Amino acid sequence: MKRRKVDLKALPGKSAEAVDARLHVATPLRSLLNKVFPDHWSFLLGEIALFSFIVLLLTGTFLALFFEPSMQEVHYNGSYVPLQGVEMSRAYETALNLSFDVRGGLVMRQMHHWAALLFMAAIVVHMIRIFVTGAFRKPRELNWIIGLSMFWLGFTEGFAGYSLPDDALSGTGLRIASAIMLSIPVVGSWVTTSLFGGEFPGEIILSRLYIVHVFLLPLILLGLVTVHLALVFMQKHTQWPGPGRTNSNVVGERMFPRYALKQGGFFMLVFAVIALMGGLFQINPIWLFGPYEAAVVSAGSQPDWYVMFLDGSTRLMPAWEIRAFGYTIPPLFWPTVVLPGILTVLPMAYPWIEARWKKDKGHHNLLQRPRDVPDRTGLAAMALTFYMVLTISGGNDIVADKFHISLNAMTWAGRIGLLVLPPLAYYVARRIALGLQQHDREVLAHGVETGIIKRLPNGQFVEVHQPLAPADDHGHTDLPYVGWTVPKKMNRLGALGPAVRGFFRPIEQAAPPVQQKQVEPPPTREEITSGKH
Amino acid sequence: MSESNTQVVDLDDPNLTTFDIVREGARRDGIEIVHYEPQYPAGSKGEKRMVRIVSFFFLLTGLASTAFVVAYIWWPWEYEMGANASKLYTPILGLTLGLALIGVGLGILTWGKKLLPHEIAIQDRHDGPSDPVERKITGETLKFIGSELSVARRPALKLSLLGLLPLGAAAAAPLIGGLIKDPHHPDILFKTGFAGATKENPIKLVRDDYTPIRPEEVSTGGQITVFPGIPGGVSNKYADSPTLLIHLREGDAEALRANLYEMNQGSPWQSYVAYSKICTHAGCPASLYEQQTNRLLCPCHQSQFLITDNAKPIFGPATRSLPMLPITVDKDGHFAATGDYKVPVGPAFWEKS
Repeated sequence: MKRRKVDLKALPGKSAEAVDARLHVATPLRSLLNKVFPDHWSFLLGEIALFSFIVLLLTGTFLALFFEPSMQEVHYNGSYVPLQGVEMSRAYETALNLSFDVRGGLVMRQMHHWAALLFMAAIVVHMIRIFVTGAFRKPRELNWIIGLSMFWLGFTEGFAGYSLPDDALSGTGLRIASAIMLSIPVVGSWVTTSLFGGEFPGEIILSRLYIVHVFLLPLILLGLVTVHLALVFMQKHTQWPGPGRTNSNVVGERMFPRYALKQGGFFMLVFAVIALMGGLFQINPIWLFGPYEAAVVSAGSQPDWYVMFLDGSTRLMPAWEIRAFGYTIPPLFWPTVVLPGILTVLPMAYPWIEARWKKDKGHHNLLQRPRDVPDRTGLAAMALTFYMVLTISGGNDIVADKFHISLNAMTWAGRIGLLVLPPLAYYVARRIALGLQQHDREVLAHGVETGIIKRLPNGQFVEVHQPLAPADDHGHTDLPYVGWTVPKKMNRLGALGPAVRGFFRPIEQAAPPVQQKQVEPPPTREEITSGKH
Repeated sequence: MSESNTQVVDLDDPNLTTFDIVREGARRDGIEIVHYEPQYPAGSKGEKRMVRIVSFFFLLTGLASTAFVVAYIWWPWEYEMGANASKLYTPILGLTLGLALIGVGLGILTWGKKLLPHEIAIQDRHDGPSDPVERKITGETLKFIGSELSVARRPALKLSLLGLLPLGAAAAAPLIGGLIKDPHHPDILFKTGFAGATKENPIKLVRDDYTPIRPEEVSTGGQITVFPGIPGGVSNKYADSPTLLIHLREGDAEALRANLYEMNQGSPWQSYVAYSKICTHAGCPASLYEQQTNRLLCPCHQSQFLITDNAKPIFGPATRSLPMLPITVDKDGHFAATGDYKVPVGPAFWEKS
């Protein structure tokens, strides 16, 4: 038999040819490798959410191998001594086993929980970025809606997961959730008994939450993440205005190799932060809370941070109950059902609201600096302040305790603050944005402050400004504002040499000082055509 | 951008470098690489330094990963009471795994950001509406599909389509129907574990270990959580039944007797009163007892109830008084309930008037 020699060097080429012969991929593959992505630190916030989601899938799968969402009563017999012999549900027992009797189980549990908190935090911060830079505008309204949906799905997913261990804290949370469902007019009691299979807590709710937590919602989230990314890919990422950047191009790097490498490195760093937190910072120590018992609660029971704003709204709600014709709408209904409803619908409609308000139906691929849209920036500040007051009120008992403030005073401060502070924040943020705008225009017209004070023959002191372009007789320049950073310091113009590099000692020789350096405006400024299509 | 370079590159030209071909390929995808420059000249000091840094990070990853595996296998991990090495198991795993990932992350980042050439590429966007001709053709195709079905032209077909609606109901029925649980038959939301108690057959109040309680066991101004003395009465099966039994000071008891609602008449026993522990707001146990002010505080949303006045809400979001349980002392000298709560326990809902 003749043995054929394998030419190793030709192997990659040969296999590539074989693949292409079957899949016909040379052209699409090349355009994929070459796809250009714009780069800016603020574009990485959504990635944090994506990477946390991947960590959640990995750690969650591990946890599911050991956890049993059963409400069957058992006597604990594991290695955590203080709870031995205590009656508890099988769910709580297996959650304890994950923490104490599975090798490395605790670090996985804590990583899962921290990753969930990070996931929600990254979504919120990413959403703020999208909002204040106007990235939600046409043609990206659909992706904005998908993003908002993912916030609420993540919220539900997180709450379901938080409820699974059946400890004292999560059981109390679940009981509040059942009260919230009960508060829905007309169908509340039917919804609640149907979901719980009877009266709270029943015997089946954990199994149902489990399938929601490990299958339904992750599947929907995964689908939406895919669509979200596919849309970013198809519609191409937005970019900041700048030299050479227009509404009809993308300036950046090709995806491979540099951009992809940076993404991969960033994933590893996000993963690292979650691993460090999971190992070093304790979270949700369920063994300290004990099993859920309907009669037990402790002071200072707070939900995970992303639920706190709804806890806060519930605490601040005045005792207003509507009773008529023998029927009731409990006060719980407004802050926990109506408010989230408004918080879903209003932001989803916002792209169209703004388009009408500003009479701008145009196609936008260039981002706006927050200062350039003072109204929207003000709205963002207003919404965030509203959210912050609610979140702080969700922990107002802790604040009251730590700062020795009356609890009732905290509630009243929250009620008043919720109404007064957001409009104030709107006003302040809007003024700041306008002020920053004005300063940009000032620098464009007069130049950069040099810090050099000149005394005129008549004794007057003036500061010397460095114009950014050839100036007229009065030292004024007529540069248009193009929606990107205006240099405001001399070293931004290259008037100062770059700092000598090195941490403790210089790793390079300082350049010899330049005697008379002519400061010239960056020539690229003329090419800017941004904002005009 | 590609318009400015219309001359076709002969890809078979032997003088072409690989980069020339790459650039030509990018051009064919509507991408112009306008700037492509290594950060450090090949073989320069800076480049070598970056290579050293990348290698250092990857070495760090190797070491930390090894430490992770070693700790995972050999560090004592089984739980033991007290301060001991097993308590460090999780922190060590997190620390070594974190370091390993930081190493690989920073290594890759340094490689990508410092050792790969810096580039600026410009790609055309082709967004906005499609070409009018394309739009027209696709639109007409869709219209054609619609007209071929010709529902509008055949009214009988339209009508019969309505006949398919029950199919949707048939699909939904088994999915939703199996879940539906009637809250009113039996009337579970209006009853607690004390249902069935009568004056003749009272149900004992018990502690969480099912022991009954004598009046002298609750000190003046004190309170105790009690449950219905029935099988499983302490368990979560009767999550609406936990009750607070409070021994009022004599003055406070008199105040309560003066304030009693009509339906609560006769419910307290001497200076002892029993209120539902389940908050009427969201169902948390309203169990923080402020002895001096005679208030019960719910720690979840801080509703406060005045126990000398039918436990009516005096602060926070709750709107309804905590229901009062009619109690007595039975022939054994133990506390017992002579009936169920007069109003449904726990959070309000639509049908609760």
